[in-house]
Amino acid sequence: MNTLSFPMPRRLALLMAAMALLGAGPATAATVLLRNGVIHTESARGTLTNASVLIAGGKVTAIGPSIAAPAGATVIDLHGRPVTPALFGGVGSLGVLEVTEESSTIDSVLKLGQMRPEFEAALAFNPDSVPVAVSRAEGIGFAVVAPAAEAGRRGAPGSSVVPGLASVVRLDGRAPRGPVALSFVLGSDGAALAGQSRAAAYMLLSQALEEARNPAAATSNDAHLLTPAGRRVLKSFVVEQKPILVAADRAADIRTAVEFAQREKLKIIIQGGAEAWRVAALLRKADVAVVLDPLDDLPATFDSIGATLDNAARLHAAGVTIAFSLRDPDPHNIRKLRNVAGIAVAHGLPWDAALSAITSVPARLFRATSEYGSIEVGKPANLVVWSGDPLEVTSLADAAWLDGERQTLRSRQTELRDRYLAKVKAGTAR
Amino acid sequence: MTRFLPWAARRGSFLVLAALLGAFAAEASSPWDDPYPSTYRAPPAAPVLIRGATVLTGTGARLESTDVLIVDGRIAAVGSAVEAPAGARIVDGHGRWLTPGLIDVHSHLGVYPSPGIPGNSDGNEATAPVTANVWAEHSVWPVDPGFSTALAGGITTLEILPGSANLIGGRSVILKNVPSVTYQGMKFPGAPQHLKMACGENPKRVYGERNSAPSTRMGNVAGYRAAWIEAEEYLRDWKDYDAKIKAGGKAADEAKPPKRDLKLDTLAKALKGEIPIQMHCYRADEMAIMLDMSKEFGFHIAAFHHATEAYKIANLLAERGVCAAMWADWWGFKMESNDGIEENLAIVDAAPNGCAIVHSDSEEGIQRLNQEAGKAIAKGRAAGLDIPPERAIRWLTANPARALGILGQTGTIENGKMGDVVLWNHDPFSVYALADEVYIDGVLAFDRAHPPAQPRSDFMLGQPATAGAP
Repeated sequence: MNTLSFPMPRRLALLMAAMALLGAGPATAATVLLRNGVIHTESARGTLTNASVLIAGGKVTAIGPSIAAPAGATVIDLHGRPVTPALFGGVGSLGVLEVTEESSTIDSVLKLGQMRPEFEAALAFNPDSVPVAVSRAEGIGFAVVAPAAEAGRRGAPGSSVVPGLASVVRLDGRAPRGPVALSFVLGSDGAALAGQSRAAAYMLLSQALEEARNPAAATSNDAHLLTPAGRRVLKSFVVEQKPILVAADRAADIRTAVEFAQREKLKIIIQGGAEAWRVAALLRKADVAVVLDPLDDLPATFDSIGATLDNAARLHAAGVTIAFSLRDPDPHNIRKLRNVAGIAVAHGLPWDAALSAITSVPARLFRATSEYGSIEVGKPANLVVWSGDPLEVTSLADAAWLDGERQTLRSRQTELRDRYLAKVKAGTAR
Repeated sequence: MTRFLPWAARRGSFLVLAALLGAFAAEASSPWDDPYPSTYRAPPAAPVLIRGATVLTGTGARLESTDVLIVDGRIAAVGSAVEAPAGARIVDGHGRWLTPGLIDVHSHLGVYPSPGIPGNSDGNEATAPVTANVWAEHSVWPVDPGFSTALAGGITTLEILPGSANLIGGRSVILKNVPSVTYQGMKFPGAPQHLKMACGENPKRVYGERNSAPSTRMGNVAGYRAAWIEAEEYLRDWKDYDAKIKAGGKAADEAKPPKRDLKLDTLAKALKGEIPIQMHCYRADEMAIMLDMSKEFGFHIAAFHHATEAYKIANLLAERGVCAAMWADWWGFKMESNDGIEENLAIVDAAPNGCAIVHSDSEEGIQRLNQEAGKAIAKGRAAGLDIPPERAIRWLTANPARALGILGQTGTIENGKMGDVVLWNHDPFSVYALADEVYIDGVLAFDRAHPPAQPRSDFMLGQPATAGAP
C-alpha cells in the first residue's frame, strides 16, 4: 500500500508529466481508496463527509466512513475535498464538431432538406476530438450528442423540425451508447424549418406521426414525409414512450407542445425553456422535465421575452425536474456548465439541486443511470475529485476516474500552455 | 470661406486634454470636433460613505475594513474612520467587497441589441472592407435591455465597437452605463474615440465569399496598407492647405481646402495619434504583422481584442506597451481561435509590464467579467502563477481604463476619480458573487435590494411575458 498526500497540483502535474513521458496514457487504476473526502453520491445516501470511496475492478465497491485499504491499494487522502459523479456536458455537438466555422469538421447537421428521424449524429462521434479531451480534463464524463437543427444557409437545403436521434456519448473514448432520445424543433427555429410558421411545425409533426402509426395510409400518399426507416424510428418513440427533446422557449409554445404531446401520447422533455417558469405548474402536472441554460436572461428573440436568471430556481421550487445544458451546442466550452450551475445557485436554486442538474438528473432523463450520474456501490467508477466547491469558478478538477480508470487531465491546451509559459518565463515569447 | 483647422494641436492624452479643456473651447464649435457631444451630466447626489469594506483599489492594493467616501460624484477619501458629511448615505460594507466599476473594452450592446433580429442589427457596415467613415455611436440603441443586465454585473463604463466584418470597421464610442433616451446622454464626457480594425478570418470570409477583395490574409494586409497610404495623402493635402493659410497673404486667399472625406478624416486622426486602434486579432503571427504595420504608418494600437494567442507573444506585447483584451475560455469556434487556452490572461499578466484585460464581446459575458477573471485566476494558480485578487481586479478596471484612455478619470478607487464603484456581496471572483450596489459618478445606479428602482428598458415595459403565468 502506498500513500499519496493529495491533492497537490504541482505534484500531480509532475506525476502526469511522468506518465506522459512513459507513454502510459490513462493509468489503469487497479484498486484506489479515496479517503477523507466529502462524497456527493447523488444517490439515496446523499452527501457523506469524512467518507471514503473504494474503486476496484473499475467499479465503486464500497462507500462509507471508514473503509480498510485492501492490499496493494493506492490510498489518496482528499483532506476534505469534494468528490462528485463525473459531470454531464449538456446536449450538443461534442465529438461531432471540431471547429465551428469549418463545415468539413461538422457532422451534427443533416442538410438533405428531408425529415429523417433515423439520422443518428453520434455515429460520427470521434473520441479523439480535442474538445473531448479538454472537457474530460475539466471533470466531464458524459454528454448527449444531438443533431443540430439549422435552416439552410447560402442555398443549402436545411435540416427539418425532426433533426434526428440523440445519443449519450462517453468521454473515456468508448463507443457511444445507443440513441436515447429524438429531437423536435418548435418555436421560431422550428418556423424557419417549417415554411416560416411555428404553427406549421405541428402540421408536419402530425403528418409524420400519422405516417409512423399508419404506414399503409402513408405509402398511398405521394407526399409522404418519412422513409420506412424513419417511420420505424418515430413509431418506436411513440410505442416505447422514449423521450423526445422538444426545443421551445416561449411559454405559449411550451404549453402547446405539452398539449400536443398529451394528444399524441408522447413523452417529452423541453429543451431551452427560457420562459418555462411561466408554465411551471403545467410542466409539473404533466411530468415534463426541462433542460435549460440558466444564463438565459435577455430577450434574445421574441421567443424569450420572459427570460430570467430565476428560471431554474422557480422551476425547481414548483417541483419541475431540471437539468442544465448550454444553449450553444458547440462543444468547446461545455466545461462551463458547472459554473452555470453555480450561477443558478446565486440566483436562488438550492446547491444540491444545481449539482443534480449536471449529474443525476440528466443521467436519468437520458437513460444512462447504469453508468453515470451517481456514486454507488456496484456502478462503474465515474467520479471527479475537486480542488474545492465543484460549482465555483476558482475550483478545478484535481483527478478523475472514468469507467474505473484514472484519467490524464492533460490535453492539447495544457501542451500549448507549457510550451509558451516556459517562453514567457524566459522572456522570449515574441 | 470657412477656415478649418482640423489638425490643430489636439495631441496628447485625454488627461492633458481634460486639464486644458478651457483652452479648446474656441475649437469646440469646429465641425471637425465632436458634432455629437455628450449630454451626460451626473445628477446631483448626496455624499456616499461606504464603511468597512474589503477594498480592491485597482491600483494593486487590497485594503481591509476600509471606508470610501464619494462627494459630488468624485472619490473624496479612502481610509479608516472617515467622517460622514452631513446628509451622507451611509452603507455598511463590512463583510462585503468594494471594487472600481467594471469596464468592458469590447461590447456590441446597442449595435447588436436584444432581441437579435434584423431590424436591430446595426453592428457591421459590411458593404465595403474599409468603412472608417462610420461611427458605432450612430447605431447604438439605448433601449437595449442588455445595458441594465450588464449594470447588474457591475459594468459602469463600456466601449461599443463596430463589428469585425471589415478590415477597418469604424469609430467606437465609450459610454457610461446610465439609462438614457439618447446615446449622447450616455457618452463618457471627453473620452476619446477609437478605431476598430480586424485581422484574419472575418474580413476575408465576408468579402471573399462575394468574390471581392480581400479573400486572403495577404489581401487583408494589402487592404489596410492601401487605406493608410490614402490617409497619408489626405493628411499631406490638409497640411499643405494649413501651411498656406498660416502663411497668410495671397497664398491664403487663394487656398482651397481639400474635399472633406469622412473615411479619411478618421484614418488621418489615427495617423496623428488622436484615435488609437482597437484591433480584433486572434493569432500571434497576425498581431506581430499589425505591430510592424503600426510602425510603418505611425498609428497606435491600444489593445488587441480576443487575442486568443496573446500568450505566445506575451513578452512582445508587453515590450510594445500593447494590452491584450481576452476571454477566459472561448476557443475553437474558428481556426484562428483554435489555440485559445484558459491560462491566456494569467500568462499575459505574468510578462513584465504585461497588460491583461478581460473583455466580453457578449451580452451574456459582460454580466460576469468578474467570474471570467476568477476562472483565469484558478488556471493561473494551477500553472504556478499566483494572482491575488488585488492584482486580478486590474484586468477589469484599471487596465481597460488605460486601453481606453480614461484611466485619469475612472478605473481605480483613488481620490479625485469618478465615483464609479461596485459593492459586492462576496469575493468578486466567486461564482456566487453578486453586485449589491453599483455607483456611477456617486449616483446609486443599481440596488439589488430594491428591484423597482433598477433601470428597466422601454422594451421590457408592459411585456406580459415578464410577469405571472399566462
